[in-house]
Amino acid sequence: MNLTGTITLAHGSGGRAMHQLVDDLIRRTFSNPLLEEGEDQARIPLAKLVTQGDRLAFTTDSYVVTPLEFPGGNIGTLAINGTVNDLAVGGAKPLYLSCGFIIEEGLPLETFARILQAMRLAADEAGVQIVTGDTKVVQRGGADKLFINTAGVGVIPAGFNPSAGGAQVGDVVIVNGWLGDHGAAILNARGDLALDADIETDCAPLNRLVEAMFAACPDIHCLRDATRGGLATVLNEFAERSGVDMLLKEAALPIRTPVRGMCEILGLDPLYLANEGKLVAVVPADAADAVLAAMQRIPEGYHACIIGTVEEGDGHVILKTAFGGERIVDMLPGEQLPRIC
Amino acid sequence: MKYIDEFRDPATAKKLVEEINRLTSGMFPSTSLRERSSPLAERSRSQPLQVMEFCGGHTHTLFKYGIEGMLPADIEMVHGPGCPVCVLPMSRVDDCVTIAEQPGVIFTTFGDAMRVPGTRKSLLQAKADGCDVRMVYSPMDALTIARKNPERDVVFFALGFETTMPSTALTLLQAHREGLQNFSLFCNHITTPATMRAILTDPDLKLDGFLAPGHVSMVIGVHPYDFVTRDYHKPLVITGFEPLDILHALWMLMKQLAEGRCEVENQYARIVPEAGNVAGLKAIAEVYETREHSEFRGLGNIGDAGVQIRSAYAAYDAEKRFNLQAAASSHDPEHLKCAEVLRGVIKPWDCPAFGKDCNPQHPLGALMVSPEGSCAAYYAYGKLAKRKETA
Repeated sequence: MNLTGTITLAHGSGGRAMHQLVDDLIRRTFSNPLLEEGEDQARIPLAKLVTQGDRLAFTTDSYVVTPLEFPGGNIGTLAINGTVNDLAVGGAKPLYLSCGFIIEEGLPLETFARILQAMRLAADEAGVQIVTGDTKVVQRGGADKLFINTAGVGVIPAGFNPSAGGAQVGDVVIVNGWLGDHGAAILNARGDLALDADIETDCAPLNRLVEAMFAACPDIHCLRDATRGGLATVLNEFAERSGVDMLLKEAALPIRTPVRGMCEILGLDPLYLANEGKLVAVVPADAADAVLAAMQRIPEGYHACIIGTVEEGDGHVILKTAFGGERIVDMLPGEQLPRIC
Repeated sequence: MKYIDEFRDPATAKKLVEEINRLTSGMFPSTSLRERSSPLAERSRSQPLQVMEFCGGHTHTLFKYGIEGMLPADIEMVHGPGCPVCVLPMSRVDDCVTIAEQPGVIFTTFGDAMRVPGTRKSLLQAKADGCDVRMVYSPMDALTIARKNPERDVVFFALGFETTMPSTALTLLQAHREGLQNFSLFCNHITTPATMRAILTDPDLKLDGFLAPGHVSMVIGVHPYDFVTRDYHKPLVITGFEPLDILHALWMLMKQLAEGRCEVENQYARIVPEAGNVAGLKAIAEVYETREHSEFRGLGNIGDAGVQIRSAYAAYDAEKRFNLQAAASSHDPEHLKCAEVLRGVIKPWDCPAFGKDCNPQHPLGALMVSPEGSCAAYYAYGKLAKRKETA
């Protein structure tokens, strides 16, 4: 397909232009046997699924981001990895994804093709297939360039049941590496800070990592990916649902220097910055070493570390500051806004 | 991280806390000191020393690093009104919204002012309702927007104490030099010494000393605080914003109290020159003049505590450009105790609304609005202190 020019309302009209866009570009890029059947729905054989576990996991997420492309990824990689990770942290092996596009007329075809290509690569890396989808084009102002929705299904192996309410006193809290990279990369990529920082998104699939963690310790108590709202939000959910306190050690938190620097300048707290390839796990203390060792053998877990412990309490997250004090890390009331001075 | 970690060293912090402890425990067993300096003598020894950190930035540092929990019980920090977002009256937010609603206007503002409630709505809500409200990081960004949109009317919400005044004044002067016709400032600047004086004249005042704002002082210098020691006999230390700055300044203040001295001292000498920022002060004087009355949320009207744009620059004054009528002052609900909290008479959690109908999601009072307001800070970080106090 000729990739010069832009997507217009004609591409959403149901006519020839739409067929070209869907068949020659989208279907060709995502190509796999289930998609190639060309029906209005993917028909997934059950027999193979039931050999892999005893429950089906099903999730959906919509992706909107400005700018569409940023250092280390784009909206397409987010749309694949985000949904893969929502399945993975429920213990599921992600298998099939759907994909819905809402495109604002005027989006360059070349940009769209690049995003599709990134989605294909991300799907291959995560070991999932995009098996059904939908495309709509809306007029200018009806959407912001491109919105993507993906839904996904996966199979949960028997005996794996992490839950936000599962934390127990004495457990340890683990993350798989640098915190806040994605949020900082997006802020930086918007360009209005005029900061010269070299920060890439951490966007990555977490399913291999979760598989390795499960193999090392089938009794992982809590598991979540720390996306919007960052680490602080996930830990507050764990603490509240489990009726315990989470005690974090600030000195143990893995935060890259450029991310820290950006937060210092803008008055932001890295604990609330979004991540797209980070998970938080609460595991029994006696399994911590085994889980860490398993994580550190996989690229997504090279920098895995223990950041805190679970204590008796009534649902608070408490940070022991490197300076020697303590403070409560609450949920944010709304968006983090830079401070005036 | 270089130039940051040096000011957050836990070992130095420990030493400073020990020294502060030594000074306060030296002060409290004997009454001699309290008898020597009259305001202290009236207080019973069971009452802690009250130190006000005037500036919201200091409040933020206190909570972020958990400093209050490290201090001896003999010191109680009172969080002052030095948070421009907190003391912004609702009527002024209403004016912002009125301006933003005019056709063709691009209303630009610092981020944390967007959430401040007005009687009708906040700027964040006005944006959701279709107004072109944009968050900028500097007034110069607003000027760039004005240059790029000559057919639009670009207004910058000039807010803050002296810290932000040089940058807004210089932006206005730059617009004037360029002959930009479509740029104006909505001026809501307020001044620190006059606000401090309003607190000091309060008959219920129990404060024993001040930590004075570092970045305000970087602009105005050391001497505008002389009246605090001379007329009100309260020692004062100009303080930086790193946690060690705060501990160091508290140590200096305790040393003054222990030695019976009452002086303006400058802990933040690495940033604050004695005469302030001369070029900045010149720009401020060129553009702004004292406003007779300024309304502060929680404190009411304070005389000579704000500035307005001089008539020579009326073309850049959004108040004149949009013909704003002096708004009626808008009062906070009766059951709120903002004023008592601001003066250190009660703790935030002693207010009947705290954490109930007044919380960070729905702030009713000034101090819950910005994360630097003492109520919001207590809400976010202070549960720990409350738990310790009630335990």
